[in-house]
Amino acid sequence: MSMEEFHQIFFEEADELMEAMEAELLEMVFEPDNPERINNVFRAAHSIKGGAATFGFAEITETTHVMETLMNEVREGAIAVDRSLVDVLLSAADCVKDLLAAVKGGGPADAGLAVATRTALEACLERSGAAPQTSPPQPDSSDEDAAAAETGAALRRYRIGFRPAHGLFRTGNDPLHILRALRELGDLEVEVDTGSVPTLDGFRADQLYLAWTLHIATGSDPEVVLEAFEWVEDLCEIDFQEVESRPEATPDDAPAAVPAAAPAGAPAVPMEAGSAAGTERRSADAGTLAAGTAERPDSAPHRGERRAAGAESATIRVGIDKIDTLINLVGELVITQSMLSDLGEDVELCDLDKLREGFQQLERHTRALQESVMKIRMVPISNVFNRMPRTVHDLTARLGKQLDLVMHGEHTELDKTLMERIGDPLVHLVRNAVDHGVEMPEVRAAHGKPERGTLTLSAFHAGGDVVIEISDDGAGLDTERIRAKARDRGLVDAGEQLDEAQVHQLIFHPGFSTAEEVSDVSGRGVGMDVVRQNILGLGGSVEIASDAGRGSTFTIRLPLTLAIVDAQLLQVAGQIYAVPLVSIVESFQVERANLKSIAERGQLYRVRDDYVPVVDLTSLFGIREATPQPVAGGLLVLVESGNGRMGLLVDDLLAQQQVVIKSLESNFRAVPGVSGATILGDGRVALIVDVTGLARLLRATGGRRGQDGGLTGIRAA
Amino acid sequence: MSSATTTTANPEHDPAGAQQHCAQYLTFLLDGEEYGIDILSVQEIKGWQPCTELPNTPDYVLGVINLRGAVIPVIDLRRRLGMAPRDAGKLTVVIVIRHAAADGEKVLGVVVDAVSDVFDIAPDQVSAPPSLEAGLDGRFVRGLATLADKMIILLDLAHVAGDA
Repeated sequence: MSMEEFHQIFFEEADELMEAMEAELLEMVFEPDNPERINNVFRAAHSIKGGAATFGFAEITETTHVMETLMNEVREGAIAVDRSLVDVLLSAADCVKDLLAAVKGGGPADAGLAVATRTALEACLERSGAAPQTSPPQPDSSDEDAAAAETGAALRRYRIGFRPAHGLFRTGNDPLHILRALRELGDLEVEVDTGSVPTLDGFRADQLYLAWTLHIATGSDPEVVLEAFEWVEDLCEIDFQEVESRPEATPDDAPAAVPAAAPAGAPAVPMEAGSAAGTERRSADAGTLAAGTAERPDSAPHRGERRAAGAESATIRVGIDKIDTLINLVGELVITQSMLSDLGEDVELCDLDKLREGFQQLERHTRALQESVMKIRMVPISNVFNRMPRTVHDLTARLGKQLDLVMHGEHTELDKTLMERIGDPLVHLVRNAVDHGVEMPEVRAAHGKPERGTLTLSAFHAGGDVVIEISDDGAGLDTERIRAKARDRGLVDAGEQLDEAQVHQLIFHPGFSTAEEVSDVSGRGVGMDVVRQNILGLGGSVEIASDAGRGSTFTIRLPLTLAIVDAQLLQVAGQIYAVPLVSIVESFQVERANLKSIAERGQLYRVRDDYVPVVDLTSLFGIREATPQPVAGGLLVLVESGNGRMGLLVDDLLAQQQVVIKSLESNFRAVPGVSGATILGDGRVALIVDVTGLARLLRATGGRRGQDGGLTGIRAA
Repeated sequence: MSSATTTTANPEHDPAGAQQHCAQYLTFLLDGEEYGIDILSVQEIKGWQPCTELPNTPDYVLGVINLRGAVIPVIDLRRRLGMAPRDAGKLTVVIVIRHAAADGEKVLGVVVDAVSDVFDIAPDQVSAPPSLEAGLDGRFVRGLATLADKMIILLDLAHVAGDA
């Protein structure tokens, strides 16, 4: 196992521990005296501290150490749990998460934040009268820290000879950033050495000929100062010396020894470009150093990328029971296979029954195996729901609202990809409910409602869908205001009458927001539109039910998985198409009496009291070698999409089966009316009909086709 | 050609490299003419099989086939290059090529009359295509290679599936 792998394990564990810690902290507000919760937080902090110290992640170690100390005081009853304490601990947890993310990404962490966090934690400790113990179990840096804490901001002076390689610019580094970063640490004096600048004929604009001598006076440790050179240290020579130590330390002006962690134990450490030794040590030290320096402006994009990359993780945690099921099934499959090949050695007629039975077994096991494999991708929605208590906690604190968050059905499973993509829309809806939905306590009281609002999040399976409901008992949607706003924005005409449901839909209109002032919580008017787009993009839908004064409910419906769909296979002009079962309402034989032709617009079919357009795929899809079939007497499959119903004219109905969706985009491009392809049992490719896209296609081509005889008009019997 | 071939990683996208080295070309027949494509873009050659039609696509897009679990489009190169279509015969094959698209590498099947040979062609044997090649879509022609006894039209099929 390489060091990297050990790191990976630590990060995974730390992430889990942090999540657990956060959940416990949020519960602690309501149950301040539960010793189990206090213990859990203590243990989480302790475990992370231990791991971080092992790998030398100093900032994490120190921060979790203070957290642990504080939790110990809480555990012993010296400090009482209250909201402010929990808030401090929560922001400390955020800080540790940031530090972890920074170390993970190999980039610099925000040392300022870590220091501020520790100060806040220590303030809590002091308030209780407990002595702040700032020394983490790391001998090399503990003395420094304790001393630094006692003397406050004792200044230390360093002299740094900085001679970068000529080719530094090509690596995308700029010494200017380093100088800026150093300036943030303290007083910086810079002397430039222009000795190696060549004459003009030898001068190349992409080369760096300058070297510097830097004098810096700062309260930071040598590691922190050297941190500034992290990206370039194997591309330059750095001569690092501590010129003058802290007043109370040995008043030596000679180069003082700096702690072992810094690559400056010797007065001068020349670092050859690309030297293997330098690189190796670098990786070992990376952890210690990465958690050091103040955040530099140019590091901000890196952070953003890291966060984004972390959102959709490439690995998946699978319950051991699922793996065991898989192993059992594969075992069964192997047994069946060997049984079949035994039988196949010399087949006699009397073995036919056994053979048939063997194939049945094979089919059963294959199906079970497929189901289990698909289940690996299914993860409980609690992964997303767990983010909500924190969101609600922070928001209510900021807005001064009181709210109980109730969650049901956290164990509902859905596809991992879906879960990752539904997270942000869901957070947005929750924020929206807290910000716009639930009223301030006094308003609630005035309306005769309990001061504490309730936000209910629930998830459950219904049919082939996962349903997520976000429901609040707040004011509900203000239809009058939405109407007025829509008129202002020109979204609806002044005279247009809209029913409640239509008004509710308006909030999903791009650029629509009724918040009087744009807050950082919500109200930018970009959100709801994007939420709806995201959900539609996942093949789902979102609906609103609102009752003025009583609250509103957002209902999100998502397919269980993006990879497999239950489909009805049907045949049209020799081609086989798969139609998702969820979109099929019914199928029946066409009766001429119910068929109505509309001039230039194709045909309609009467289904009970409803008329649906008859869609002939051969003409809508432009199938080339289609021989016209009479409509009457044919089969009509009634399908339904968000935009209404239509009847698909088909030659034959084939099997119903689960089909694995293959994207057409991966090797070609998106094709309107088709959501993908699948491979049938005989190896042929069948297209999966996208009913919503079909409706769109019908509208887009309806007029044009109408002119050459209507959708199906040519063949009207 | 007797010269040894040292092909660059992918000469198609490395014109500088292509100038210095011989490249190998797979040649095939279309209407009696011999055409060549860079052999490094060729993944495999398959026998002809019927395709599943795609709705509302240009006539040169024959449809999609199943290539060991991947769904890939198949292009009729005769129609794409403006030639009269012909029914598939015994020698009709699908050349499966990989090409770089904006959103990653894609795989594509190209139907040709028959595969012919593999040649080493040095850059100095390739001349620029005449400006007005009658009946042939000039976008796909990279050049004309003159060999001892014949002429080969070199094609670049990266965009053959693209813009209709």
